[in-house]
Amino acid sequence: MPALTDLILAAEGVDNHLPWPRAVVTSKEWSFAVEQLAEGHWSLLGLWGEPGTVHMALLDEAVWDIGVVSLLCPDGRYPSVGLLHPPALRLERAVADLFGLLPQGAPDTRRWLDHGHWGVSFPLSARVQTAAAAAPPYQFLPVEGESLHQIPVGPVHAGIIEPGHFRFTASGETVVRLEEGLGYTHKGMEGLMAGSDIDHAAKLAGRTSGDSTVAYALAFCRAVEAALGIEVPARAVWLRALMAELERLANHLGDIGAICNDAAFALMHAHCGVLRERVLRASDAAFGHRLMRDRVVPGGVAIDLNDEGTTAIRSLIAEIRQRFPALVELYDNTASLQDRTVATGRLRVELARQYRAGGYVGRASGRDFDARRSLAYPPYDALNFNVPLLQEGDVNARVWIRIHEVEQSLSLVEQILRQLPGGPIRVDFARTGGPHEGMALVEGFRGDILAWLRIGKSGLIERCHLRDPSWFQWPLLEAAIEGNIVADFPLCNKSFNCSYSGHDL
Amino acid sequence: MRKLLFESLIRPPLTERPPRVSDAAVDELARALNGVAHRRLGRSLSIRAVDAGSCNGCELEMHALNNAFYDIERFGIRFVASPRHADVLLVTGPVTKNMRDALKRTYDATPNPKWVVALGDCALNGGCFAGSYAVVGGVSEALPVDLHIPGCPPPPIEILKGLLALLEGVNSRAAIARA
Repeated sequence: MPALTDLILAAEGVDNHLPWPRAVVTSKEWSFAVEQLAEGHWSLLGLWGEPGTVHMALLDEAVWDIGVVSLLCPDGRYPSVGLLHPPALRLERAVADLFGLLPQGAPDTRRWLDHGHWGVSFPLSARVQTAAAAAPPYQFLPVEGESLHQIPVGPVHAGIIEPGHFRFTASGETVVRLEEGLGYTHKGMEGLMAGSDIDHAAKLAGRTSGDSTVAYALAFCRAVEAALGIEVPARAVWLRALMAELERLANHLGDIGAICNDAAFALMHAHCGVLRERVLRASDAAFGHRLMRDRVVPGGVAIDLNDEGTTAIRSLIAEIRQRFPALVELYDNTASLQDRTVATGRLRVELARQYRAGGYVGRASGRDFDARRSLAYPPYDALNFNVPLLQEGDVNARVWIRIHEVEQSLSLVEQILRQLPGGPIRVDFARTGGPHEGMALVEGFRGDILAWLRIGKSGLIERCHLRDPSWFQWPLLEAAIEGNIVADFPLCNKSFNCSYSGHDL
Repeated sequence: MRKLLFESLIRPPLTERPPRVSDAAVDELARALNGVAHRRLGRSLSIRAVDAGSCNGCELEMHALNNAFYDIERFGIRFVASPRHADVLLVTGPVTKNMRDALKRTYDATPNPKWVVALGDCALNGGCFAGSYAVVGGVSEALPVDLHIPGCPPPPIEILKGLLALLEGVNSRAAIARA
């Protein structure tokens, strides 16, 4: 079996693509890569378009090689990846909507992000068409059988959550099929980034998904820094990790409570909500913003940590360490709660592997991947932590992964505070003309976030693609809910906690 | 569980004193509310949150309003599940073109009298998403807006100030009408 490196070396390499290589391949080599994906030798990290070109980021987990293959498609067509490798299907539909590039042989060619309201077709392609043709009504997949009924839900949901559409087909109380309709929060992020300067694009990146603002800014900045060869000061690197871990803590604590709340166990929600609020206030005290938005910037961080901030974080860690174990015990010893979470919404290990599910979704179903460890970007190469792993794949397992990750993050924050180096927090860099290409993979609380970008001759962002972990988790929710009762959907959904905004971009 | 419950009996509550209503918000409110049928509201305010394309940041802070520190329900303010139960639509995001219809339909389903509060910088004019092919712009491009609460995202205390201003405006007007 040839390695990914061999394929990339054999093809026509692209200069200035860092830190991993990119190569322009022939359609035969493209198809070979697709076969490797379908056979499970490689994993798909992302698939995105550009006028006349389609790119695919690949991971060879046997040797931890990462590479990008690009196929020129002057006639607007390319061999479908989704035909043999279903995780690519929605990515291909998005590429078709934005760039008008058509995957040949794709089993699903329905629109995805384009709902027919933009007033343009293929907005990011070279041939933008105004006065778009009226969109035909969206056809949900057919379901056949006796006494089946459909329950349409959304896009506006009955809580404080993001918009999306769920189409349930149920037999009595049992869900036989769930089909998702997304794209409602599509803001045209990639279009806005094209042509903008690096600082503005970093702001946009930090607004891709509100709960992962640190992780997105970090992914974007690391890609810029890789492209331009910028050396970030050590203190900034450690402060970034500190923010990332605080963000992870806040989200996990919120999720653990919210999942229990969906099982009508409000006590956990109340207590976890208090701990989450404490994290946000400590973040505010330390970095001047509750969510730490716009604090990770190209070249470093925007604000230094002072003694007051350090004290706030230290007392936060002490409080969580004191209060959290009682909550874990409560979760573990409440039969009525376990009755709802154990064996509910089970995601099979094979599916998690095929879709390379990231974060707690993957790790609760036996997929042992964490970008912080597997790619060991700094400062995680100098920190001690475990990546929890479970095989059950049910709601309970996803709660437990979060619980373990809270404990790991507490330890990481302490280690970072102990070892935090001094020195400058940001480095100025020259706005050199491109083309320079960079890529980064960063572990957000939800899973690995991919950022790929090209800085053009003018020093502006020419093209940027951000891939949310949810692209590979949303389809798995459809699978996990099958055979469960409708009333358990909130539990399943919350335990996945996929991003709408990050996915819709 | 008993231990946790017992503790909450003997510990003081976490809930904090209500914030002082900001004058600017009251001013904006006074302009916005032009004295129609406010009496009907009494001392309660039911809010229907509508995400019209936000990044989810504003929603996170809206959630925080329900935690023990802010405990928004003590003001008679609560989040409801249906627009038919709502007095106020709390709308976030640069309204995306894909959400415009759903937002309008939610507004149409909300009974009168009703108010629209635009939450966050994007909801004012699209924020950093303004100008995109996929975005309509601020909430006022789609609905009549009565109050705007700025911030990216506004911290819970600022949301609370805005909502209290809305309530106070409603109640003082009702008092004037009674007198």
